[in-house]
Amino acid sequence: MDKQSVPQDQVATYEGLRKLMYAVDENGNYVRVTSSGWEAESFSTELAVAEMIRQRDAAWQRAREGRASPLEYHMYRNRMDFDTLVMTTGLWRWRVKRHFKPTIFAKLNDNVLTRYAAAMGISVDSLKQLPSSP
Amino acid sequence: MTAFQHRQAAHCESGVTSALITHAGLPLSEPMAFGLGSALAFAYIPIVKLAGMPLISYRMWPGAIFKAMPKRIGVQMYMQKFSSPQAGADALDVAIDKGQVVGLQTCIYWLPYVPDQFRFHFNAHNIMVYGREGNDYLVSDPVFEMSTRCPREALTKARFAKGALQAKGLMYYPTQVPKDIDYKSVIPTAIRANYRNMMQPIFPMIGIKGIRYLGKQIIKLEKHKDRERYLPLYLTHIIRMQEEVGSGGAGFRFVYASFLQEAGQLLNNETLLKASKDLTDAGDEWRRFALRATKMVRGREEMNLRALSDVLNGVADKEAAVWGQLKNFAI
Repeated sequence: MDKQSVPQDQVATYEGLRKLMYAVDENGNYVRVTSSGWEAESFSTELAVAEMIRQRDAAWQRAREGRASPLEYHMYRNRMDFDTLVMTTGLWRWRVKRHFKPTIFAKLNDNVLTRYAAAMGISVDSLKQLPSSP
Repeated sequence: MTAFQHRQAAHCESGVTSALITHAGLPLSEPMAFGLGSALAFAYIPIVKLAGMPLISYRMWPGAIFKAMPKRIGVQMYMQKFSSPQAGADALDVAIDKGQVVGLQTCIYWLPYVPDQFRFHFNAHNIMVYGREGNDYLVSDPVFEMSTRCPREALTKARFAKGALQAKGLMYYPTQVPKDIDYKSVIPTAIRANYRNMMQPIFPMIGIKGIRYLGKQIIKLEKHKDRERYLPLYLTHIIRMQEEVGSGGAGFRFVYASFLQEAGQLLNNETLLKASKDLTDAGDEWRRFALRATKMVRGREEMNLRALSDVLNGVADKEAAVWGQLKNFAI
């Protein structure tokens, strides 16, 4: 990549951050150049974030209707997926899956709830609750 | 010992390792740390999923650079994991108070200075701590332009986050560095090891074959049952892994090309200089792939998975030619 081709698209998601890239100058030598981001990349990031928000909102809706426990909502809310939640809590997969059911989640003891809360960095109280909007 | 200088890098692990070794008295550029770590790779592993997407990596597993590379150049690294967060935090304080600059493996999600859009549960983000003031650690995170600060609790949380690739508080720093590096011997060794990553993989989903395999998988998406939703996410996932902050762009190809150039100049070797140029071309081709795929996802060009697959095969041809030149590289 030529030095002049290093994208400078002032990507909003970077929050002012500029990343370092290696590019070739007019003499063919590699030099260090900072980039304010590339549109193709930021589009991809935004799409992934939008998908996470979609999953989060769907989980919120399910919890609202009593079809799922707040656990699933909080999982997405904290940018986790099922595998991440399983691995960060160290619980069995089938147990985590069961805890998505409202009746079973309601009966959980503080010990298990604390593990979820700690993995997500939230309090046990907020874990038990569903906020009024996603 | 001289004051620590923050220096921005393209990639966290090579940035941290080169900074630590340079600070210890042996100047080492980031591309050189990356190249001597034989860190360039390609892997497409569909059975391992990240947020529902197959694992795609353009470099070797974490550790190739901070663990294997120092050994190769004769640098002794102290490395320690901890069973409890308290022990990890205490050991960090002891090392810092002795004036040591310490490399740490962390989960990027828990680092409060990181912009929101980069906060994913990724456990192998490397940073350095070079001091502390009150409740804050002085942090040098090489993918950022400036050094920063991180509160004690947040850093401990980031070091001891659980999950895939968990750090267990890993801290590391060089304890002994040689006066100089025997480039004539280590550069060919590192390049030959990297040749094996790319050309003689254990599985066909790795190296040049892996790039072609990804191309084949893309065509199969034509018939995916949830195509409308899945296809855009899948294609942009490839692009994110390739272009995101910390990859140096084009999936580390420019970093490695810069290494080949530096090595070629050091050894006065035409083969390496030529290979550097050709790998730069391959990197440009990766970026054309990213551009074209985003155009298709946005509907500015008709979706044509076979065309995208062809671009990837073109990339694979270019990279295979580079490694063909470097086969049995010796001086």
